[in-house]
Amino acid sequence: MAEVQFRFRNDEPVADPAVTVDSFGEQSNAAAVRLEPGDDARDLIPHLDRLQLIEVNFPVFGDGRGYSAARILREAGYAGELRAVGDVLVDQIAFLRRCGFDAFAPEVPLDPADAEAAFNRFAEVYQPTTDGRAAIWAKRHG
Amino acid sequence: MYKYDTYDQAMVDARVEEFRDQVRRRLEGHITEDQFKPLRLMNGLYLQLHAYMLRVAIPYGTLSSAQMRMLGDIADKYDRGYGHFTTRQNIQYNWIKLEDAGDILADLASVEMHAIQTSGNCIRNTTSDQYAGAAADEVVDPRPYAELIRQWSTFHPEFSFLPRKFKMAVIASDIDRAAMKLHDIGIQIVKNEAGEIGAAFYVGGGMGRTPMIAPCINPFVPIDQFITYSEACLRVYNRYGRRDNKYKARIKILVHELGKDEYTRQVEEEFAHLLSQNIEPPLAELERIKAMFADPPFEAGAPDELDRSDPDFALWVDNNCVTHKQPGYIAATISLKPVGGIPGDASGEQIRLMADLAKQYSFDELRVTHAQNIVLPHVKKADLYTLWQVLEANGLGTPNLDLVGDIIACPGLDYCSLANARSIPVAQKISQRLSDKQQEIGELKLKISGCINACGHHHAGHIGILGVDRKGVENYQLLLGGSEAADTSLGQITGPGFDEDGIVDAVEKATQVYLANKEGTERFLDTYRRIGMAPFKEALYG
Amino acid sequence: MKILTGNDLKTGAVTWWDGVQWSLHVEDAVDVGDHADTILAREMAARRVNAAYAIEAVKDEQGVRPAHIKDRIRALGPTVRPDLTLKPADPTAGDWVI
Repeated sequence: MAEVQFRFRNDEPVADPAVTVDSFGEQSNAAAVRLEPGDDARDLIPHLDRLQLIEVNFPVFGDGRGYSAARILREAGYAGELRAVGDVLVDQIAFLRRCGFDAFAPEVPLDPADAEAAFNRFAEVYQPTTDGRAAIWAKRHG
Repeated sequence: MYKYDTYDQAMVDARVEEFRDQVRRRLEGHITEDQFKPLRLMNGLYLQLHAYMLRVAIPYGTLSSAQMRMLGDIADKYDRGYGHFTTRQNIQYNWIKLEDAGDILADLASVEMHAIQTSGNCIRNTTSDQYAGAAADEVVDPRPYAELIRQWSTFHPEFSFLPRKFKMAVIASDIDRAAMKLHDIGIQIVKNEAGEIGAAFYVGGGMGRTPMIAPCINPFVPIDQFITYSEACLRVYNRYGRRDNKYKARIKILVHELGKDEYTRQVEEEFAHLLSQNIEPPLAELERIKAMFADPPFEAGAPDELDRSDPDFALWVDNNCVTHKQPGYIAATISLKPVGGIPGDASGEQIRLMADLAKQYSFDELRVTHAQNIVLPHVKKADLYTLWQVLEANGLGTPNLDLVGDIIACPGLDYCSLANARSIPVAQKISQRLSDKQQEIGELKLKISGCINACGHHHAGHIGILGVDRKGVENYQLLLGGSEAADTSLGQITGPGFDEDGIVDAVEKATQVYLANKEGTERFLDTYRRIGMAPFKEALYG
Repeated sequence: MKILTGNDLKTGAVTWWDGVQWSLHVEDAVDVGDHADTILAREMAARRVNAAYAIEAVKDEQGVRPAHIKDRIRALGPTVRPDLTLKPADPTAGDWVI
């Protein structure tokens, strides 16, 4: 199991292992779940209040379904940890962060300097998401 | 024209630095080619047959003369003195060194240009009507809407790893000059009975190996919701588009497999949800952009007559110029299809000349067309003869717009690593063979692709040619009856393919069948639609 | 014979394995026999070549001729721009490709 390399939260990480979406339905006390690309993030929406960790797996970096899953969860009000796991590469992390991920556990640890540069590369953004950054459109007409 | 503010400029500048860093990491071995490939592609850098190829975005095909001049300078400084204008209104350079890529992007950024998302499984450069802002038949200028899409789609965090590439086009007239229904999303800006502006969404069109014409999924999305609607279309696709087979990964397959109604239902549901997320840009942003596309200062009362006493000039005017919304002006197309030439190629010198002419005669503006030509959109009729003389003297005055010599051709196997057969030599031979006949033949859109990916739009040609590899030998299939205009249709294959000389003969025969059967003012396409495939087959194979 | 070809990582130029290094000229290509995979893996890992692969070719009086037209076009240059090929002075160079 890959280590969490970057975490943008102040709360204590959940110790429970994340369960699959299928077994999550049966285990009413689980606080951590793991979404695979084919899972429907919206299935979790009725249970968001008891979830503290949602891992979203990227088996291959080119499979971008996890980006939509993350935004859907954040748009539904999920405030717990959203962790990107798997084939998470340095050139994806800024996009992932914008979609609501606040923890990163790449299979192969990233070069810290490259990751730092990637997180901070773009000072401005065109699109509003739930990450709290004001979009350029809002700034122009603020 | 759109002008960057400090935000837009900061964005492309940051991108230059990011790409420099990505190239450095590749050259130093920190990332593998497999990891680097999607990064360079998302910046338009391919590895082709002879070198790297850089595709530069020309948003909605609009350029200032300073931008055009830079494209010419890049051709000379970093390439081998020429560039290739593409069917997606972009320009490609064929001989780029990876180690130069960062400097080229910096040069582009200095004139508010970039190569962002010109390839890769993301939202590509948005195309539009080459006569936008000049056309007499448009409801509004479609480019402000395309610019809004450009900003929204640039580094979109959710849609940078889609199942497959994603192409959008925006038009605003009933005559479709941008093949709108052959895009992943085609948008027609329309006015409803109350006089309000909205967007009609056509989703799931495309060419490639499974050509499809996009169905209309919503005839009127209010204009202050159309970015949100686009987001909904994309989200449904990102979540449910096929990822198991790259040949079935385009949105057209999803729309086809779900059915238009079910796809639309899912989009409408997502749209209803996204409306609560306040992601739509404020209308003030659209107004800000629109102000930059205001009409140039046309001269009121400019003379509307042309002196047509020079027959060569008159021929060029009749073929290459279209009516302008402003009396006394005209939109002029510069053909990049000289007889026997390479479709869409222009030398650095020619590119700079066109830039100068735009500055002098067209309010500093040029357009790239999906047919691989250049348009000077706002030429005063009083200047037209002088302009034409300069073009003529520099090999840019070919009077063949929409004629059989105005061939669309992809780079084919001479340059492209995906190609199965060469396209350019076929285009050159047909152009030479039929050059004397082309005025008599009239409008005939001939489109050639060197492989099934259909960059040469062969499905949408009145005559289409598809190059295939038959046991290591180039072979060419002939298609008839396609159209990319408002009457969009897909061409049908005539039968067995031909070799290189055979396909040139076959095209000539097809034009003979047309001329023999033509009634009244019918175009090739009209005659084909009336008489059907049989007489053509008979002539080709009988 | 089996030969190796790829592109130079920095410049993108087409190159051919000559037994020691990567040459710009297909005439220099050597038969690699059963060693294609080993050489390719080693050379790509060392970034001396990019996107390299093995192809079939024959050796005749004119030199080494790749079996597929695509690689012959790569070896010479675009057939529609003889001035930009490796043999700009030879107007018939393109005949070798077809």
